[in-house]
Amino acid sequence: MSDSFDIAIVGAGPAGGHAALSAVKSGLRVVLLDEQAAAGGQVWRCKSTSIVSAPMTPESLAGNTLRKALAESAVTHHHDTRVWDIRREDDQWQLQILKNAKSSQIHARSLILATGAREHVQPVPGWTTPGVIGLAGATALFKQSLTLPGKRTVVSGTGPLVFYVASEIRRLGGTVAAVVTPNSRTDWARVLPAMALQPKLVARGALWVADLMLAGAPILWGHAVSRVSGHDHATGVATRNLARGTDGPSIEADSVCLGHGLIPNIEAAQMLGVPIRHDPALGGWVPEAEPDGRTPVEGLYLCGDGCGIRGVTAAGLQGTLVGARVARDLGKSSPKPSLRPWQRAARFGQAMTALSLPRPDLEALSTDDLILCRCESLTRADIIAEIDTGAASTNAVKSGRRACMGPCGGKYCQSVIATLIADRTGKDAKDIPPPTPRPPLRPIPLGQAAGAFDYDDLPIPKPAPL
Amino acid sequence: MTQDTTYDIAIIGGGIMGCATALRVANGGMSAIVLDQGDLGQGASGVNAGTLSLQIKRVKLMPYALKGHHLWEEMGAAVGFAKTGGYTLAFNAREAEMLQERQTLKAEAGAPIEFISNNRLRAAEPNLTQKVEAASFCPEDGYANSSLTGQYYRGRLRDTGIPYRGGCKVTAIERANGFTLTTPQGKIHAKRILLAAGAWLKPLAALLDVDLPVNARVNTVSVTERVRPLLSSVIGHATGLLTMKQKANGTVLIGGGWQGLGTPQDGRGTVNTDTVKPNLALAQYAVPALGKARVTRSWTGFEANVPDFYPLAGALPGVPDAYVLGCVRGGYTIGPYIGQLMGDLILGREPEMPLFDPGRDFEKETI
Repeated sequence: MSDSFDIAIVGAGPAGGHAALSAVKSGLRVVLLDEQAAAGGQVWRCKSTSIVSAPMTPESLAGNTLRKALAESAVTHHHDTRVWDIRREDDQWQLQILKNAKSSQIHARSLILATGAREHVQPVPGWTTPGVIGLAGATALFKQSLTLPGKRTVVSGTGPLVFYVASEIRRLGGTVAAVVTPNSRTDWARVLPAMALQPKLVARGALWVADLMLAGAPILWGHAVSRVSGHDHATGVATRNLARGTDGPSIEADSVCLGHGLIPNIEAAQMLGVPIRHDPALGGWVPEAEPDGRTPVEGLYLCGDGCGIRGVTAAGLQGTLVGARVARDLGKSSPKPSLRPWQRAARFGQAMTALSLPRPDLEALSTDDLILCRCESLTRADIIAEIDTGAASTNAVKSGRRACMGPCGGKYCQSVIATLIADRTGKDAKDIPPPTPRPPLRPIPLGQAAGAFDYDDLPIPKPAPL
Repeated sequence: MTQDTTYDIAIIGGGIMGCATALRVANGGMSAIVLDQGDLGQGASGVNAGTLSLQIKRVKLMPYALKGHHLWEEMGAAVGFAKTGGYTLAFNAREAEMLQERQTLKAEAGAPIEFISNNRLRAAEPNLTQKVEAASFCPEDGYANSSLTGQYYRGRLRDTGIPYRGGCKVTAIERANGFTLTTPQGKIHAKRILLAAGAWLKPLAALLDVDLPVNARVNTVSVTERVRPLLSSVIGHATGLLTMKQKANGTVLIGGGWQGLGTPQDGRGTVNTDTVKPNLALAQYAVPALGKARVTRSWTGFEANVPDFYPLAGALPGVPDAYVLGCVRGGYTIGPYIGQLMGDLILGREPEMPLFDPGRDFEKETI
């Protein structure tokens, strides 16, 4: 199977979904590719069929609106589809996809990457104990299947997500043992001006906090989880008062949610040659892209959190901008939407991102025996030893210790390793780019990548010289 | 050392050949510095499939390859060396004929290669396909872990007191009283230079107005996740277009010289799905159980090449006190040894085996 389209969009979240809707209006053939069973991405994740009757939330409503609009549009939506390699050939993009265990190609004139973000978890002792999950991971459980992380949960991390997760746990009948957030009330006061841009979201946030206070769940501002206790399963946490540098209360719990902000998924853009730069205010390394999605690579556009963490509202608005831009670049007379709404939403989103800027006091909670690279079971001491013998780049640490060579491809450890390299070598974070991204963009079974073949048809080149 | 230091030799290129030469000349009393545009051992030296197989070496390079094997064995665990023995397979009559012809010549050149029965093959490697038409075996074959190249040579250079600089691309070479190299880290002065920049040799030699006939191959390697033990030896194919081994950690490394895209001049190479697919298909054909293993990464590395496929190793034509080393077919295997020979030449000693004049006529058979 080989299919040809005007525009291929990778990622059917708010950004990719709206890009598709905006582009398809001008009569272009648009294909939307996504790993999930339904569009919506992480924030607007679709409920599984077993919980369709569960009460609606603002996220599920927004997601349903997008899903309905996509279903009624002329967009070709390939769900449950993995894009594992992309390359430009003869003015066309060629995407290798895997669907129903079958490999095939899609061709498109223009490509929009809307690859979203992943969660950053700053490792602390015990962070790999069963019962510990990411904050964003917890939201996926709620949204898709109403599953709770446990009976009694410590919810810890930076930014607004920590309050959303705590409030959802309460709403779904779980107990919040405590909210532990490194952000202080002063941190929040600092972002108030930007929050005024999104009064509805602020009101919702205030409700989450009020609900927790009424329920008597302690909120430890300016605190971090410094250790998760328990061997086979989490039994509680120790905390640290970051401002005072003293130990905080210990809290019993059977589950812990940890999250310290989001990191843009830049691998596909980086692999295709988009220059990247380090901007902590946007979540770390981001590809160069204009507000309307254009990049220095011809025919390649980016939108949403994958080109900088600006939040869900900005992602959707940018999707619309980029879809229209691509349509215009392909010769259609698509309207040119105003940048203003996106700029306002982006200011709010970036203010929230600012609450999750890297914090040395949080990084200082890591100990040398901690596993940083989960795929290869490498401890902080292993990584430090490699750096101290001269491995001064993420690629060199990868070569020497296989960090980033496991199934996650470095998605969970590369930023922590880069920070360690900066610490040990005195280099600036902007001089330590992530390792070279390579295909497959996700691990894929060898047999499915190779596809069906007859031995005699293999295009075996001339043998090496004798 | 200060900026004003004049080194006996500046070696441009911190791969196996550059580092091995540096160690040899330092051992002979010269002061050397190693410069690399990236990190040490991150070019072809650090990203190749690590196969150490006499069965895929060129006949005329066999004496060098045998010496190379011994050096890798000496480096041992520090470079992930494993002597597993290796099988080369033919899957049809045409390939069997090719195998017979090629391995016979290589055995005559000194490689202990023998042809083996299907039963013996099956007993040694039960997970191989039933469709093997003929097979050869070499007990000397094995592999090392190429990704440890940088780590290994950084340590060796440090222990020997040889300075090295990463992120130090040479952008100009001035000749007056020796050589003055312009780099982002300042000027570097040396009495002699060795160009050992692999696939980047052509633009480097152009700084001295020398045109080396070097082009680049873009070799592809893939690796799987950790899987149950499937293979205990290095597996090759009669055409040389498959090399495969399972590492101690359970990952399976698949190579064979399938070509990716890109050139050294525009930066990194790109994996070409059109060539990765048949490479993986060939691997799966040889070991059907591999079909279920997930591929976690495919990558490319630039290998330097010249029209007659023999090394460039000797004086740089027309430039006194400048030398060049590279383009060695089987450079990973032979690199540590040919680096020693090169070091001896630079030290003014007679190398143990002949080197390969970079000024030869590449259109004629001169080797």
